[in-house]
Amino acid sequence: MIIAEILSYPFLARALAVGFLISLTASLLGVSLVLRRFSMIGDGLSHVGFGALGIAAVLSLPPMAVTIPVVVAAAFLLLRMSERKMGGDSAIAMISSSALAIGVIAVSLGGVNTDLNAFLFGSILSVSRSDAVIATVSAVVTLSAYLIFYHQIYASTFDPAFARATGIKCERYTSLLAVLTAVMIVVGMRMLGSLLISSLMIFPAMTAMRVAKTYLSVSIVAAAESALAFLIGFIASYSFSLPTGAAIVVTHLVFFIIACIIRKLRALL
Amino acid sequence: MLIEGKDISIGYEGDAVIEDFTFSIEQGSYICIVGENGSGKSTFVKTILGLIEPLKGKISYNGLRSNEIGYLPQRALIQQDFPSSVMEVVLSGCLNRHRGMFRYAQSEKAKAAEELRRLGMADKISESFQDLSGGQQQRVLLARALMATEKLLLLDEPAAGLDPGTSSQMYGIVEELNRQGITILMVTHDIHPVLNNADTVFHFSHKGFYQGKKDEYFATQMGRIFMKEAGHDHS
Repeated sequence: MIIAEILSYPFLARALAVGFLISLTASLLGVSLVLRRFSMIGDGLSHVGFGALGIAAVLSLPPMAVTIPVVVAAAFLLLRMSERKMGGDSAIAMISSSALAIGVIAVSLGGVNTDLNAFLFGSILSVSRSDAVIATVSAVVTLSAYLIFYHQIYASTFDPAFARATGIKCERYTSLLAVLTAVMIVVGMRMLGSLLISSLMIFPAMTAMRVAKTYLSVSIVAAAESALAFLIGFIASYSFSLPTGAAIVVTHLVFFIIACIIRKLRALL
Repeated sequence: MLIEGKDISIGYEGDAVIEDFTFSIEQGSYICIVGENGSGKSTFVKTILGLIEPLKGKISYNGLRSNEIGYLPQRALIQQDFPSSVMEVVLSGCLNRHRGMFRYAQSEKAKAAEELRRLGMADKISESFQDLSGGQQQRVLLARALMATEKLLLLDEPAAGLDPGTSSQMYGIVEELNRQGITILMVTHDIHPVLNNADTVFHFSHKGFYQGKKDEYFATQMGRIFMKEAGHDHS
C-alpha cells in the first residue's frame, strides 16, 4: 500500500503525523475565526510569519523561537484593528504585504534564495525532528483548550453581547483564540508555506457550513474534511510529485465545490 | 425593591452621559425605557448588566446575584447565517452556571426544552436557528434569556425589525411573562407597550432622567411630546 510506503521513510511519516495534527487544529480554530469574520487575520498572520522567518534565517536565529512570539504579538495587534469599524481590513492588508516584502528583502540579502520557495510554498522536507515535537505539543494543547472551552468559545462567537452580560469573559476567549491561531500558523507554515496555510483554516469551515447547520456538526464536519483532504493531498503529492501544500489546498477546493453542489441539490429536492 | 441606584452618574471613560439621577426597580413591575437616541438608554442598560461601572454612586441589587439578569440583546447584532441549532442557542443561556466540561446536564436540557415549550416553540427544538423567521428567532433568544434567570428580563428593542403582527405577538409574550411574576425592563421606541402594558416609565433625554408611573408620565410635558410624536395625540 502507498501509505505503508510513505511510512517507511521516517521524514515522510513525521510530515504525515505533523500535517494531520495541524489540519485538525486549523479546521477547529477556523470554524470560530470564519464565523467571527476573522478570515483575513489568518492570511495576515501567515505573511507576518514569513517576514519573521526571513529575518531569523538571515540572522541565523532559531526560526521557531523568533517567529512564534512575533506572530502572537501580530495576532493581538490585528485583532485590535479588526475590532475597529473603519479601515481595519486595509490596515491588515498593509501589514500583511509589508511583512511579506520585508521577508523577501531579508531572504535575498542573506543570500539564501534557495529557501524562498520553501518559505512561501512549504516543504515537507523542512519538518525536522524538533519541528515535529513543537507541532505535536502545540496541536495537543490547542485541541484540549478547544474542547475544554468549547461552549465558551461558541457563546462568545454567537452572541458576545449576551455572553458578556451573563458573565462570560469574551475577551479572554478571543485572546486564547488569537494565541492558538498564531502558534498553529507558525507551525503549519513550514510545511504548507505561508501563502497557503490560511486556507487550512478557512476551507474546512466554509465547506462544513455548506452541508451542516448546527455548531457541533459544523465543527465535526470541518475536522473530518480537513483530515481527509490532507491525507488525499499528501498521497497525491507523493504519488505524482506535486508540491504538497498546493496539492492539499486543491483537494480542499474540490471538497468545497462538492459541498456547494450538495447544498444546491438539497435545495432542489 | 429589586434594584436601586441613588445619585448615580453613568457614561464612558469619565464622560458622563447622565449625571446624578436616582431610580428604583420594583419586583414584578413592567418598566419601559424610552427616549431619543444618544440620551443614555444603552449606557444605562450596560450599567445595569454590570458591563460598565457607574462613574459615580453605586447600584444595589437586592436578592439578585450578579449575572441573574436575563438579557435579550438587539437581534440585529446576531449573525443571521450562523450555524447553530435552537437547542445550542438556548443552552448557552445557562453557561455561566454550567459546571463540568463538555456536556450539558439532563436537567439543563430539560429546562431548555421547557422554556421553548413555554414560548410556543416546542416543535422547533431540533431546527437550525438560521432557518427560523425573525419572530421565531426572537422567541428562541427569549428562551435563552429565561435560562439565565426567572427574576428580571432586560429586553433591548425586542420588536425591532419585526412586522406589526409579529411584534404584537412578542409584546403579548412579554406581558404574559410579567404576569407570571418576572420583572420586565424593556428599551423601546414603540409607544404601544408603554400605553398598554407598562406600569412604570424611565425616560432618558438630554435634559435628564425621569422615572414615574405611566399615568404620571403621560401627564408630563415630555410624556405628551412622546405621545404626539408617536401619532397618538387626540387632544
